[in-house]
Amino acid sequence: MTQDFVRRLSDTGDSFERSLGIGDKVHLDFTIIILLSIISAYGLLVLYSAVYPNQSAVISQMMKIGFAVLVMVILAQISPIFYQRIAPWLFIAAIFLLVATYLFGTEVNGSRRWLRIPGFVGFQPSEVMKLALPMALASYFHDRHLPPRKRHIFWALIIIIIPTALVVPQPDLGTALIICVSGILVLLLAGIAWKFVFGALGFAVLSAPAVWFLLRDYQQRRILSLIDPERDPLGDGWNIIQSKTAIGSGGLSGKGLFEGTQSHLDFLPESQTDFIIAVLAEEMGFLGVVFLLVMYLLLMGRGIMIAIQAQDTFGRLLTGSITFTFFVYVFVNIAMVSGLLPVVGIPLPLVSYGGTSILTIFAGFGIMMSIHTHKRIML
Amino acid sequence: MGEPLVLKDHSGESKIFFERAVIGFLVLIALTLFLFGRLFYLQIIQHDIYTTLSDKNRIQVKAIPPVRGLIYDRHGELIAHNIPSLNLTVIKEISRDIEVTLSKIDELIGLSAEDQQAFKRRLARRQRPYEPVPVIFRLSAADHARIVVNKNSLPGVQVEARLVRHYPQGALMAHAVGSVRRINETDAKRLDPVAYSGTNHIGKIGVEKHYENILLGTVGYRRVETNARGVVMKELDSVNPKFGRDITLHVDAGLQRVASAALAERRGTVVAIEPSTGGVLALVSKPSYDPNLFVTGIDHETYAGLLESVDVPLFNRALQGQYEPGSTIKPLLGIAGLVTGTISADDVISDPGWFRLPNEDRLYRDWNWRLDDTGGHGEVSLQKAIYRSCNVYFYSLAVKLGINRIHQHLEQFGFGQNTALDLPEARSGLLPSVAWKKEYRGLAWFPGDTVNIGIGQGDMLVTPLQMATAVTLIANRGKWRSPRMLKSGHELDEDERFNDINIVPDYIWDEIIVAMEKVVHRGNQELGENGTAWAYIGKDISYRMAGKSGTAQVVSIKQGEEYNENELSERQRKHAWFIAFAPIEKPQIALAVLVENGGGGSEIAAPVAREVIDYYLNKQNSTTELSKL
Repeated sequence: MTQDFVRRLSDTGDSFERSLGIGDKVHLDFTIIILLSIISAYGLLVLYSAVYPNQSAVISQMMKIGFAVLVMVILAQISPIFYQRIAPWLFIAAIFLLVATYLFGTEVNGSRRWLRIPGFVGFQPSEVMKLALPMALASYFHDRHLPPRKRHIFWALIIIIIPTALVVPQPDLGTALIICVSGILVLLLAGIAWKFVFGALGFAVLSAPAVWFLLRDYQQRRILSLIDPERDPLGDGWNIIQSKTAIGSGGLSGKGLFEGTQSHLDFLPESQTDFIIAVLAEEMGFLGVVFLLVMYLLLMGRGIMIAIQAQDTFGRLLTGSITFTFFVYVFVNIAMVSGLLPVVGIPLPLVSYGGTSILTIFAGFGIMMSIHTHKRIML
Repeated sequence: MGEPLVLKDHSGESKIFFERAVIGFLVLIALTLFLFGRLFYLQIIQHDIYTTLSDKNRIQVKAIPPVRGLIYDRHGELIAHNIPSLNLTVIKEISRDIEVTLSKIDELIGLSAEDQQAFKRRLARRQRPYEPVPVIFRLSAADHARIVVNKNSLPGVQVEARLVRHYPQGALMAHAVGSVRRINETDAKRLDPVAYSGTNHIGKIGVEKHYENILLGTVGYRRVETNARGVVMKELDSVNPKFGRDITLHVDAGLQRVASAALAERRGTVVAIEPSTGGVLALVSKPSYDPNLFVTGIDHETYAGLLESVDVPLFNRALQGQYEPGSTIKPLLGIAGLVTGTISADDVISDPGWFRLPNEDRLYRDWNWRLDDTGGHGEVSLQKAIYRSCNVYFYSLAVKLGINRIHQHLEQFGFGQNTALDLPEARSGLLPSVAWKKEYRGLAWFPGDTVNIGIGQGDMLVTPLQMATAVTLIANRGKWRSPRMLKSGHELDEDERFNDINIVPDYIWDEIIVAMEKVVHRGNQELGENGTAWAYIGKDISYRMAGKSGTAQVVSIKQGEEYNENELSERQRKHAWFIAFAPIEKPQIALAVLVENGGGGSEIAAPVAREVIDYYLNKQNSTTELSKL
């Protein structure tokens, strides 16, 4: 164990990288809070239009965001040392929960993702894992020499593969992808040698044909329909044809809120969840999407700044992983809806309707703010 | 965790991290720019394409089919109209399991494997989700009731009503009027998809085909905005359809019925024409078929039955049957002989019962020739040669005329051509000539060929419609009135295109018409002196009819043999012809009757002609008398 000396920053005028502000006293980062507020409000507006005239989804989403903000604020108060210490145990607990889901989970729409505790609300252990895995890896490398040695890379990969392999058969490819990527990002940020990175990429490309035969039938069809949506325009190609039509018909400035024919006449599937960017693109046009993407970019820029300023390996790796994982959500979702990637269930963060991922995302920012505002001194 | 204590290189680590984070941020910006590019491509560059697609999605043009024009006979009796037909359709998206739905339908009202396959083909051709696809056309009332009662267990199943063609006269008018049939894939390629967007049917044969353009009408449409389930949200605009025009035919349904009844169960045809107009009064071909079978799709078995029947009910004998004219050609050759001066009306020849060309051994027999060399008609003039149907006279006349003059003369009467104005399926028969034989047979024309033409045998082929046209010309004394079906409702597409036969002077027409009158009316003479048809139809006739019988051989009779009907099977017997018009003073009806394998023309075909003419003149007289009152 590394013997870190840690103390709360106080009024001493030590020369640190940054001076203290009001945010540090309440352990919040106002840049992040403002950007989260803008994006969430914008997302609620789009959702309001997408489900119009039904407002219950908007109210429910607002309540979920409210709850998630509360969780974020609470998590921000807790010292990063705590997260670092509990990380391995949280990871092990999450693995057990995933196994439990596998055994006792509730089946919803053909997939087994939910664990219901009698007398309590249900939750998705895979969402817990989205944070538990990068925390565990960051904690693991915190205690190791960096850049990581082969042996450590090996164990890190094992730590990544186990939860991924547990989520894939639920089946929940989108979440498995996010979990896996959040782990790999930790590895990349830890300074894994480029030869491993490119070696792995080469291996992935070469093994792609073999992976094809491991994919389920519906997954193969999704990939085929991406290449040629007209193959089955009423079936697998439908979603992608309709979402591209919605986006393209939006033009520069859109058809106007509530005026999107693709979404309001039900041509667009999943218009309030995974495909909500198509509603935005149709109604607010190219400019509306660019605005959202710029907001995302600012948020992530802030995340990277916080990561760079973090004072220890755990904080750097975890903040970096959370930030870049957030971008993976954004990129995969928009690329999928605009017909560049096959359809996998990944929501557009802070905009898509649905509670589980919102909570995880806000929790991640809560931990990020904790890392940023609880300064420690290295010996 | 059993690691040796490692001294961490903190500044080195943060340097590595800084480097990685900057690379990561650059990748992130690059990927974001890539997304911008993608969105720019879809939203700005391809904006127009996707706007069109989006409009195509939401805006549906729903065709409103025009009502097809009705068809009436000359007295206003309905021949073709439209009745509501119930179609059973299924919407795939609402029916949870298409197989279960189909098996339920099968359970309730029966659904053949063939129907199921046809349904699946239609399902695969669907344009959009939530489009109803027909399973069964023409649902019976009982089946409809069964479906309605079980509606709750049949999600996505609907019953749609639309108008379909119906022929209330059934088989009676099938060959006269033709029918509409379902548009098949070959038609679909050729047709204007807009004009036919509201209908599944098209006139496939006969009048229905010829007047398709005016019967069809103009399709109307409603432009509506629908949601993805095809539910209409609002109407954008609409244009009403223009109904197809009603047309009236010359056909007389009553006469058609009488002609059909007169033929009874025999295979044969009656074509009757009004000489003053060329209007086709009756066009019967038997056996016939029910055209309604074809409207909504015929099942395979029934269709195969119709196709394979030896009686070929789908074959229109009146328009497409090509037969030797037999002796019915004789009055026309008589005219040719007189016009050309080859013979005169008073010339008399001696008929020994056979004819022989100079320098040839072959005997051309007369019809009453016997093996013992008795028979023949004795002294024969042109008139006798017609009313007794003397072969030897016409053998001799044909040889004297020569094939070129025969060809030239008969061509004026429309042989070898389709003379009908609005019966596109009518065939042109065959009017042989030297050139024809050279081209198609590669042979020279022999004098013997000409001999056979003299009695309407050999290579010459005519349709019953052509024979009716020819006898109409005699009734009109050379004035052409091309046969036509359409009486009113529209202009004929085509004007009279034949020149009247002006070269025949009146006295020649008189001569021939008198001879034809004698075929029917000359009676009570000694044996061998009566008109050939007198015994069968002339004894009690109350008006003046001109006629000519004919008999067309189906098998050739060898030299030195007799035609013995009893020895031949039914299908090898001669075809019986009779052509006639009446009344002679002011012809109101001209017709040709052919009974396949019927035997003698006078005996078999003439009574049919008589019944038809009787009915028609009777009806004309009663209407005339009525109008006098």
